[in-house]
Amino acid sequence: MTTIGRRNDTKPARKLPWIVEFYRSDVAKKWTMAVSGIILLGYIAAHMVGNLKVYLGPESINEYGHALRDLGGHLVPEEHLLWIMRIGLAFAFAIHVHAAYALTRRNLAARGKVRYDAPREYLVANYASRTMRYSGIIVLLFIVFHVSDLTIGTANPEHVSGDIYSNMVASFERVPVAVAYIVANIALGFHIFHGVWSLFQSIGANNETYNKWRRYLAWGFTAVIIGGNLSFPIAVQLGVIS
Amino acid sequence: MDLTLKVWRQDGPGKPGEFKEYEAKGISSEASFLEMLDTVNERLVEAGDVPIEFDHDCREGICGMCGVMINGHPHGDQKGTATCQLHMRKFNDGDRIVIEPWRATGLPVVRDLIVDRSPLDRIIEAGGYISVNTGGAPDANLIPIPKPAAEASMDAAACIGCAACIAACPNSAGQLFTSAKLAHLNLLPQGQPERYKRTAAMVEKMEEFFGSCTNHGECEEACPKSISIDNIALMNRDYMMAKLKDRRKFGQR
Repeated sequence: MTTIGRRNDTKPARKLPWIVEFYRSDVAKKWTMAVSGIILLGYIAAHMVGNLKVYLGPESINEYGHALRDLGGHLVPEEHLLWIMRIGLAFAFAIHVHAAYALTRRNLAARGKVRYDAPREYLVANYASRTMRYSGIIVLLFIVFHVSDLTIGTANPEHVSGDIYSNMVASFERVPVAVAYIVANIALGFHIFHGVWSLFQSIGANNETYNKWRRYLAWGFTAVIIGGNLSFPIAVQLGVIS
Repeated sequence: MDLTLKVWRQDGPGKPGEFKEYEAKGISSEASFLEMLDTVNERLVEAGDVPIEFDHDCREGICGMCGVMINGHPHGDQKGTATCQLHMRKFNDGDRIVIEPWRATGLPVVRDLIVDRSPLDRIIEAGGYISVNTGGAPDANLIPIPKPAAEASMDAAACIGCAACIAACPNSAGQLFTSAKLAHLNLLPQGQPERYKRTAAMVEKMEEFFGSCTNHGECEEACPKSISIDNIALMNRDYMMAKLKDRRKFGQR
């Protein structure tokens, strides 16, 4: 028998905290990916809806940005709640990437070096499901640029902290940036199309009554999010927002 | 019908293997795929060659012994059947057929088209049973089971352990097999006492050999018994429960 190494030979002598012990399992890593995925999906939904305020004019979106910094009002010091959310989001993102990396390595080991000679005609595995790791990497790289471009401002010489409207216009006026944004969002679309459906399976939410709606939800969610996101660079390029 | 076969030949475990081409002339379209291989083997023996080794037993689709990759499809391009139930009438005269063993690290080739499926036995040993005390045979229908639950359990129990799911999976995951073996017990009252112990043990044993599920659904399509990936969702749910549930309070809802 050929094992791909786990448990038997690597079992620690000391009992680990249950969450660590749990995370060692692949099924648990898929749970982790699903739960962190839900958090990330929630974030991109809020992010897209919030950004729609750009169509209401500079005051509206800049006010929205200020409100985010001022979350909690007079109850907490400025930006504290925002930072808690950012750290939570970064943690969800990091664990999502780590679980994906660990699972990919194990899956490649399980697949082995010898592949089938005849070309595999996949019957139900679709383009989105088979390219998760690539669309994920594209999104990951894009986010690094996206944060340095629009949040920190290092990738945009015209960046003015707090002036979201003009930062967005200045960023998307550069054609390569607009193109990169569109490409990354299409990759994100493929990623969340499989992710939204897949997470139900990973957490065991499977019920004949609503199973077919999982696909509809994946289509709908992807269409709305990616449609909204793609409208921003296109609107700037067409001069709708300037 | 005349066919050209491209078959994987390998002398033994860990030995280098290679594809060899064979002419299979005058094959009856009434022959099953395995009978076609028998005919080719008879001719190989007559010619003094070593016959192509392949697993087979019942030849009626219920034992799970046979199973090869035919033109990139596990058990061939016919839904819901094992290799033995595939007939040559599904092929055309002059076809070139690529025949390969299952490929996965956990299923190493023993010889030619035979793979070592003993990891599946290890998974069953880990918990795929119900412990019973000896005694008189209980009356039938002593434990009432809702009809839909009995049906779902039977559907999962249809798994014949051929490993086509693992062969079809781009990650060589054993999820469909393991989840079917879990579901047919976990869905019945008799399976409850050991439910979570069984789930944790079988999942963790599975992960010693096979990859993880990325929800492609290829296994369901490849399965000669059309086992549903709904079972995988049930397994994922039960695994979480196995880790979270206080088993002393098993009866607590």
